[in-house]
Amino acid sequence: MIAEIGLAALWLAAALAALQLVAGAAALRGGEGAASPLALYARPAAVVQALLASLAFAMLLYAFAVTDLSIKLVATNSHSMKPFIYKLTGTWGNHEGSMLLWVTVLAVSGGLLAAFERRLPERTLGATLAVQGFVALGFYAFLLLSSNPFERLPVPAAEGSGLNPLLQDIGLAFHPPTLYAGYVGLSVAFSLAMGALLTRAVGPAFARVMRPWVLGAWVLLTLGITAGSYWAYYELGWGGWWFWDPVENASLMPWLAATALLHSVSVLAARDALRTWTIMLGVLAFSMSMLGTFLVRSGVLTSVHAFAVDPERGAFILGLLALYIGGAFAIFALRAGAVAEGKRFAALSREGALVFNNVMLSAILGIVLLGTLYPLLTEAFDVRVSVGPPYFNPASAIFAVPMLLVMAVGPLLRWRADRPERIQFEVMLVAALIIGVIAAVSFFGSFPFLPLLGLGLAAGLGVAAFLPLRGRRLARVPVATWGMVLAHFGVAVALFGMASEGAFTKERLAAVAPGGSVEVGDFAVTLERVVPVAGPNWTAIEARLAVRQGDGAPVILTPQARNFWSPPQSTSESALLTRWNGQLYAVIGNQAADGRWQLRLWWKPFVTFIWYGGMLIALGGVLAIAGRVRVDLKRRMARRQGAARRADLEALAGAPVPAE
Amino acid sequence: MKAKHQRLVLVVIALVAIIGAGLLAAWALRNQANYFYLPEQMAADPPAVGQAVRLGGMVEKGSLTTAADGVTVTFRVTGNSDAAIPVRYTGILPDLFVEGSGVVAEGSLGADGVFRATNLLAKHDENYVPRELEGMDTAAAAKMASETTVGLN
Repeated sequence: MIAEIGLAALWLAAALAALQLVAGAAALRGGEGAASPLALYARPAAVVQALLASLAFAMLLYAFAVTDLSIKLVATNSHSMKPFIYKLTGTWGNHEGSMLLWVTVLAVSGGLLAAFERRLPERTLGATLAVQGFVALGFYAFLLLSSNPFERLPVPAAEGSGLNPLLQDIGLAFHPPTLYAGYVGLSVAFSLAMGALLTRAVGPAFARVMRPWVLGAWVLLTLGITAGSYWAYYELGWGGWWFWDPVENASLMPWLAATALLHSVSVLAARDALRTWTIMLGVLAFSMSMLGTFLVRSGVLTSVHAFAVDPERGAFILGLLALYIGGAFAIFALRAGAVAEGKRFAALSREGALVFNNVMLSAILGIVLLGTLYPLLTEAFDVRVSVGPPYFNPASAIFAVPMLLVMAVGPLLRWRADRPERIQFEVMLVAALIIGVIAAVSFFGSFPFLPLLGLGLAAGLGVAAFLPLRGRRLARVPVATWGMVLAHFGVAVALFGMASEGAFTKERLAAVAPGGSVEVGDFAVTLERVVPVAGPNWTAIEARLAVRQGDGAPVILTPQARNFWSPPQSTSESALLTRWNGQLYAVIGNQAADGRWQLRLWWKPFVTFIWYGGMLIALGGVLAIAGRVRVDLKRRMARRQGAARRADLEALAGAPVPAE
Repeated sequence: MKAKHQRLVLVVIALVAIIGAGLLAAWALRNQANYFYLPEQMAADPPAVGQAVRLGGMVEKGSLTTAADGVTVTFRVTGNSDAAIPVRYTGILPDLFVEGSGVVAEGSLGADGVFRATNLLAKHDENYVPRELEGMDTAAAAKMASETTVGLN
């Protein structure tokens, strides 16, 4: 019954998406004032569609929670012995479930827009909802025609075949939902951009509507990438936090586009400049989300993320991708000329700095995109290559370093035009910090070039982030400005973590007999013993490591090598010792023939700052949203009070003068 | 500057930067992309010493030895012909790394003809095969599949 309700809800939602498309299009054709009768349905269709998609997702969640083995998806991806939390998170730990989550988020964001957006002209909103419905329709078709999550088995399975053990982790509860919400939140920015383009309503008012969506999606993407990076770091047991894996790149590319969009939409809202550029970034950002979905979901890549290897599905998503991206850019090409020129600005101005950073972000995006697609292209010619850090690190740094330098001073510049003399002192201070730190660090030893540069930049940026507050009354600084300061400071913190991990990491690999010790950094690690342990659906061998720093008391770390039986797979569970200034990372390997155990240990100074930085960046985004929403609410309140007072005055004026 | 001009200048700057990024990427990809070799290809036409490449094939039976330090292993990788490339690797072996199973070694060829692997990719589970081994001709793939399954048991 559950599966049938879910499937019916999904079909109904698809029908409503079609209605939303038609009604939105009618609103677009109808024009202001003379609203077509159909146009009335656009908003309710979007809202009800959101409810139905959520219902379908809730049904699948329930089926996984009770492990309903008559549903094919549950039988192939779950197991009755699995811990309850992983039963729930397993709902999106597979191809069909994750696509259903994708579509649900799409429908819910469309519904929220329809329910709460009152500032836009009806025609623009109609066009926006039509585009949103059109996008949703394609993905409903994909779900219903080629990846039905509610398919029944002819005979219920006796037992499920389980979830990939790498995914049996609390990370699965956070990483995919936040990332998807971010990916799909950009769909609203896309629809709004198309709606504004179709109705020629590109301007500051439209930018103010778009900004919270872009900010929200960007915050979620930032959190999703940060969580994913930490998850890969401790779960894979390879000691790295970013591998330039195509799937990681698939999440980085929308983030880069959204970062550029976020800044250009602010320029549009504040200064009415960069109109066409903002629209193009809006299209580009969601295109990257869909490209990411294609790369991850089509099976052209082999990785822990690629659940399905089914050429039909790949072709389907590729078709959708071509339709939406091609269509959007075609409309853009036809209409961009009709968008009136925005306000002008001098090269040396805050707009100029933001344009520079936008271009640099786009260039990094291009570097990552080409590096990610290159192996797929060459494979068509039967040449097999892989592209890794030796390409990505230097090629993206060429554009990231100028971008970070401009980021340091950009917020100090004035809008429209500025003089270089005005910020002389700040520029000198930042430059001195960068050069000073690089010189000081290279005095103490020789380190690779990029991490060294990163350390210098991190110091300069960390101070520069707070310079916009100089000479201002802190209590009167707007919340959104605090958000910017915090996010920029977060970039510096993350950069510091990356650079010190790259420059100062100490690694030790040794075969150790029980009772023996090894040293890494200023830690002495003793292998006390190796014992077998068992969990709910796995067995493992566990090393007990006593870690001593100097003369301190020992801390016990227990890295494991786990064997899961359903599906049969081994994973390596690293053990981490977190200190304020870094992490000790321990992995146990195989037993050598002479009875010694392989241990791999890293001391990674300040590695945690990478993720603290990511969280600070996201927090900055949250503050920016909060600040904007507060200002907007205040403005609405003032307008309402003003209107009420005017009404009062009119009523007074019209009232008969009381007889005296 | 006229309005038209400023727009044009912006577009030109953006285009120059993006095309620059594209050219840089193309140039860097030619130099830095990590080419994949089968053992017979590597024997016939070896890559430059020190160039980062990937070597994929099967771990020859009886060739796996562990050095005295307990963490360095040497083995030989064979493909569809008799050619075998010796490989040295220091680190923790992947969970399902066994003689007779498929492997992809990332690293570079040393001057002594020994391949120094910095990373080994082996079969993770029954669903995951290193991508490069997927398209090997059917005979080799079938052979590898059967052998890896035996290795699993």
